Amino acid sequence: MTIDFRKNHFELFQLPVSFLIDSAALDNAYRDVQREVHPDKFTLASDAEKRFAAQWATRANEAYQTLKSPLNRGRYFLQIHGIDTEEESNTAMPLDFLLRQMEWREAVVAARAAKDETKLLALGSQEQTDEKQLFALLEEELNQTATFAAARLTVRKLRFVEKLGEEIDDALEAVGL
Amino acid sequence: MALMQIAEPGESTAPHQHRLAVGIDLGTTNSLVATVKSGTAEVLTDHDGNPLLPSVVRYLANGGVVVGTQAKFAQATDPENTIISVKRFMGRGIADVAKYGVLPYKFIDTPGMVKIETIAGIKSPVDVSADILRVLRIQAESALAGELVGAVITVPAYFDDAQRQATKDAASIAGLNVLRLLNEPTAAAIAYGLDNESKGTFAVFDLGGGTFDISLLKLTKGVFEVLATNGDSSLGGDDFDQAIGAHWRRQLNLAAADHGDTRRLLMKAREIKEILTTQTHAESTLKLSYGQEFKLRLSQEEFSTMTAALVHRTLQPVKKALRDAKLSVAEIDGIVMVGGATRMPHVQRAVSEFFGKSTLNNLDPDRVVALGAAIQANALAGNRGNEDLLLLDVIPLSLGLETMGGLAEKVILRNSTIPIARAQEFTTYKDGQTAMAIHVVQGERELVKDCRSLAKFELRGIPPMVAGAARIQVTFQVDADGLLSVAARETVSGVATKIEVKPSYGLSDNEIADMLKASVSYAKDDADARVLNEERVDAVRLIDAVNAALNVDGDALLNDAERVSIVAAIAALQPTIEGADAGAIKAKIAALSSATENFAARRMDRSVADALKGRKLEELKSL
Repeated sequence: MTIDFRKNHFELFQLPVSFLIDSAALDNAYRDVQREVHPDKFTLASDAEKRFAAQWATRANEAYQTLKSPLNRGRYFLQIHGIDTEEESNTAMPLDFLLRQMEWREAVVAARAAKDETKLLALGSQEQTDEKQLFALLEEELNQTATFAAARLTVRKLRFVEKLGEEIDDALEAVGL
Repeated sequence: MALMQIAEPGESTAPHQHRLAVGIDLGTTNSLVATVKSGTAEVLTDHDGNPLLPSVVRYLANGGVVVGTQAKFAQATDPENTIISVKRFMGRGIADVAKYGVLPYKFIDTPGMVKIETIAGIKSPVDVSADILRVLRIQAESALAGELVGAVITVPAYFDDAQRQATKDAASIAGLNVLRLLNEPTAAAIAYGLDNESKGTFAVFDLGGGTFDISLLKLTKGVFEVLATNGDSSLGGDDFDQAIGAHWRRQLNLAAADHGDTRRLLMKAREIKEILTTQTHAESTLKLSYGQEFKLRLSQEEFSTMTAALVHRTLQPVKKALRDAKLSVAEIDGIVMVGGATRMPHVQRAVSEFFGKSTLNNLDPDRVVALGAAIQANALAGNRGNEDLLLLDVIPLSLGLETMGGLAEKVILRNSTIPIARAQEFTTYKDGQTAMAIHVVQGERELVKDCRSLAKFELRGIPPMVAGAARIQVTFQVDADGLLSVAARETVSGVATKIEVKPSYGLSDNEIADMLKASVSYAKDDADARVLNEERVDAVRLIDAVNAALNVDGDALLNDAERVSIVAAIAALQPTIEGADAGAIKAKIAALSSATENFAARRMDRSVADALKGRKLEELKSL
């Protein structure tokens, strides 16, 4: 009830509102907050305190998970600038990007069926290269050129690529690696 | 009230009193209780000096209960009434239990969890576990000569919500105040971390009697952060015994052995397994009930070959956990081995081959979980010694809801740090729909039928609207014990419903209280006296903590009216402590808690601000 939800995740950890983040500072701030608020510090406390502790620790966990993952952080950064990434509603994508994604997905399905581990690992490293390039672009858009409208598309593309990464992981698991 | 961790040293009103708290490892094969004495964690022994209590419970015709070694001796002569490895049945239905093969018990299929018909009546796995825990509680109370403030009970990291809830219920029935359910690998890491002052990323490989867990943790200055956990809650040392047993049954043509002889065979299998941890060959003699004798022999090599598939099964969860944590094998700084079954040389070999480094096993794998639990219990009870200790654990399995077409939609993903809350919005699919069924499931599979069903409830009284107009917000909340509660709310009309996700066997708090009172070791008067005493202790603790907080922060954070109302609530509670009315004490405690609510919240806000400010100053200084 008293947690100040007007503070955004960056402010909660007293970090500058920026897509580029000092991850060691984030880790330290998160641990410092949890040391104060974690429910383990309140096991013998009054019910009210237990409730606050649970709310605070939950809030700290959510903020930390959001800022730690670059994709979540990018999406959240746009959100606090009033920009919706429209990941559910906007399915418009450049055709070449879509075609490449489809091609890769088919390759993953085929490699999975053929239990071709080498192929899956190669697809995995290709996916990671793609992901890295997109994150570099997102950093440029959010941090240097402030082209937030364009960044929406990059976030949506990253969501696609991340999903592909999960499919590759699932396939690797299925073939027993 | 734990305002104490914010209080300045020396400002506490009462002299610091050591609170008795224990850690309990409720194992499949053996259970242990440990505590921290003068800064060192140690396992408490029974009066014969035994640290391990076999997790075996025998029920007698006269209603008596025998737990431990004596019960273990009876397992071959009275298999129907002597329950071993009950942990495997916790929170499990009849279909789950079927996969353990032929068991001697008369199972009764009841919703949510099986029950067992014994000569002393029908017992649920919760009752059987409570009988084990009660012995440990009494053992601890007599060794420590006092009542316990509470206990930390360990559970396999891969236990789901039903298994955790069942464990917590068993502890309550045994008369234990559960300070926290703690994941076994995390407990082991605490024991190792504090002994070795480790720093880095560790894998804890925990192969117990009936369960397997792998946890990956990052240790930084007393903070234990679980990055990922995985496992198999039906894989353990018992399966290795079964493999040996099956081998001999084939070899000796013992297919038609009765329950007693099956137990005898498995006891021999275990004996041989244990010999093979240090010897390359083992021999023994099996005497069956009808007098026939067999010579049994096995080499380490044969054993290793016949159980290779079981060892391989442990590596799959290890790989999944590494992937979830986005870690490579090379990034693991050390591997901690936990659980008696990790003594098997071929298991150790497989693990060190996989990680490419030797494993850590300088602590006794049977005791390390209980020791870690004791350290955590000591910290949770507010005793001095481990102020820096903090555990950030995760939920092992994803939690979700059934959506159209029998699909499971995940709301909270596995390996999310707890506590966590997440809300998801749903809508109605028919015009005028006034109710919505909410089916909560746990697991990673896409179809509801492949996940574990945790609870079903309905949100009723939704005002009729066109399909898709209602906004039903379902909130999942997982507490620090890893237990889930779910609330649903229609946001347009405000209709709400909330449930604690109690397992389908559904013990309410009142039922647990009744079972506690009815338990054999308690006369009703004893139980009443215990409740009264607990309320008195709580009242004194609360008053001390509030006074300490008022001294430190009262002037800064309270206006006169607020201060007056808190002081009045203390004055109202004080005289009830001398009385014998537990209900009156409870009511006044609640009144004082509510009077201090805003004060507590402000103190917490400020402590967070101070913690971050302190860090900034330190960072500046270090520049």
